[in-house]
Amino acid sequence: MISVRGLRKSYGALEAVRGIDLEVARGEVFAFLGPNGAGKTTTVEILEGYRPRNGGEVSVLGIDPASPTRAWRSRIGLVLQECRLTPELTVQEAVAQYAGYYRHPRAVDETIRLVGLEGKTDARTSKLSGGQQRRLDVALALIGDPDLLFLDEPTTGFDPSARRQTWEVIGSLRELDKTVFLTTHYMDEAQVLADRVAILRAGEIVAEGPPDSLGDRGERATEISFRLGSGAEASELPDRVRALARVDGGQVSLAAPDPVPVLRELTGWSLQRGVALEGLEVRRPSLEDVYLELTDGGEAGEGSG
Amino acid sequence: MSGVRLLAHQFRYDQKVFRRNPASVFFTVMLPLIFLFIFATIFGNEDIEERGVKTTTYYVPAIISLAVISATTQSLAINLTEDRERGLLKRIRGTPLPAPAFIGGRVGNSLVVSILMVVLVAAIGWLVYDVSVPDRTVPAILLTLAVGAFSFSCLGFALAALIPSEDAAPAVSNAVVLPLYFISGVFIPDSEIPSGVLQVADLFPIRHFFEAFFTAWDPNTTGAGLELGHLAIVLAWGLAGLAVALRAFRWEPRR
Repeated sequence: MISVRGLRKSYGALEAVRGIDLEVARGEVFAFLGPNGAGKTTTVEILEGYRPRNGGEVSVLGIDPASPTRAWRSRIGLVLQECRLTPELTVQEAVAQYAGYYRHPRAVDETIRLVGLEGKTDARTSKLSGGQQRRLDVALALIGDPDLLFLDEPTTGFDPSARRQTWEVIGSLRELDKTVFLTTHYMDEAQVLADRVAILRAGEIVAEGPPDSLGDRGERATEISFRLGSGAEASELPDRVRALARVDGGQVSLAAPDPVPVLRELTGWSLQRGVALEGLEVRRPSLEDVYLELTDGGEAGEGSG
Repeated sequence: MSGVRLLAHQFRYDQKVFRRNPASVFFTVMLPLIFLFIFATIFGNEDIEERGVKTTTYYVPAIISLAVISATTQSLAINLTEDRERGLLKRIRGTPLPAPAFIGGRVGNSLVVSILMVVLVAAIGWLVYDVSVPDRTVPAILLTLAVGAFSFSCLGFALAALIPSEDAAPAVSNAVVLPLYFISGVFIPDSEIPSGVLQVADLFPIRHFFEAFFTAWDPNTTGAGLELGHLAIVLAWGLAGLAVALRAFRWEPRR
């Protein structure tokens, strides 16, 4: 659906995008993750056909978006980062207006239901909450029954419940077999929605893969921590555990590359000796840990949105 | 859908949006009528000797000129700038709707409102102030309306292209037209305006547009009342506006 090789874009002396390669397959939900100013919006606007590029090869639905055609536009749905809707129209009218732009639009009422606005059909768009407006925006993007959807930071600035509702709508696109290209700076959003994630930092992709194994996340050591119950010393721990343990007062923590045997020995020892493992925690590194590490604490280098 | 059907579809929604926007309706439809009543009341049924007509006969074409400019230049400049800054133009650009259908819808809306205003002001002039339109100048009125609506719409797109922000749009468009209304004799009869000032006004399109309408309403006019010289100047301004719009009009927000 999308194929990008060596994409470059500069604004004057500023290199916003510095040689990006990516592939998005049919039916995939792909998330482009990065801090503000990493080049996400620049990249997505090049793919959407809004912005010219300085270098590289780009193909979206088999066409170079530098010269978009009407037929190509009708196969793509867009949710822009910031777009207020026409306040004078109702939900139903706004969707019907966009439906008129396409040769084979989806049914208006069904599309409104799909984004959960069936109770707001006759409400003016200006009366909708932020989350409802964004869902209407998704309905406008879907009305042409596109093969590919671009969602640019769909939940930025939303409260938690509006975010969940928007996620549900985006999640339901999977059932419609749509390919989705999503940009976000929220790790949890990428984790919940995406099949594959690419992390962008200062115009370059620094990691790419399924959210669960991103940045060797799958192979990283699991953190185990607990506090020893009374009457037991860290020196009494089984050998395999003691070899990895970092002891700080009664608090013991260890990084176990292969956690199962370690846990088995640890819990076996605890039951046998009758020593409590207070506050036992077993934690894999989160996508957030990986993201913060890869993007230097989330700070952008240079570059523009 | 064919281009014409897309244009008609877009036009239908533009009309709906216009009718439901209280600011559009007030400034474009109500305000010109209020001006007509105020000027007719203040200056009454005096005669303007220089032109050999009653004051009301002068004001009907003057307010019609103002109403057409308000429905075209001003409402396009303000609404297009607003829609651009809202991200709406950018979003529409991302659909298969062809640009000419979008532009046609907006200009079509301005044209329909202009026609409505010409009919409304002419009817009020006739019924309330006994200012009648000679039959033989009706074709001249239609031609003036066509040339004016086209030219002043082009100037609306040009102005939208030059206005940087949503907040600036009403201020800039008023700052451009209001002084011209004064010096062009739209608000004050031109018999009261020094000739040097009128010469300056003659450089701009508003006075020529008014002159073309005035001739059509002037009972002293003999013949068809076609003011091709004045219309040529209006059209030249329109084409200049078109050139600016083609170069500078943007679909994406400036902020």
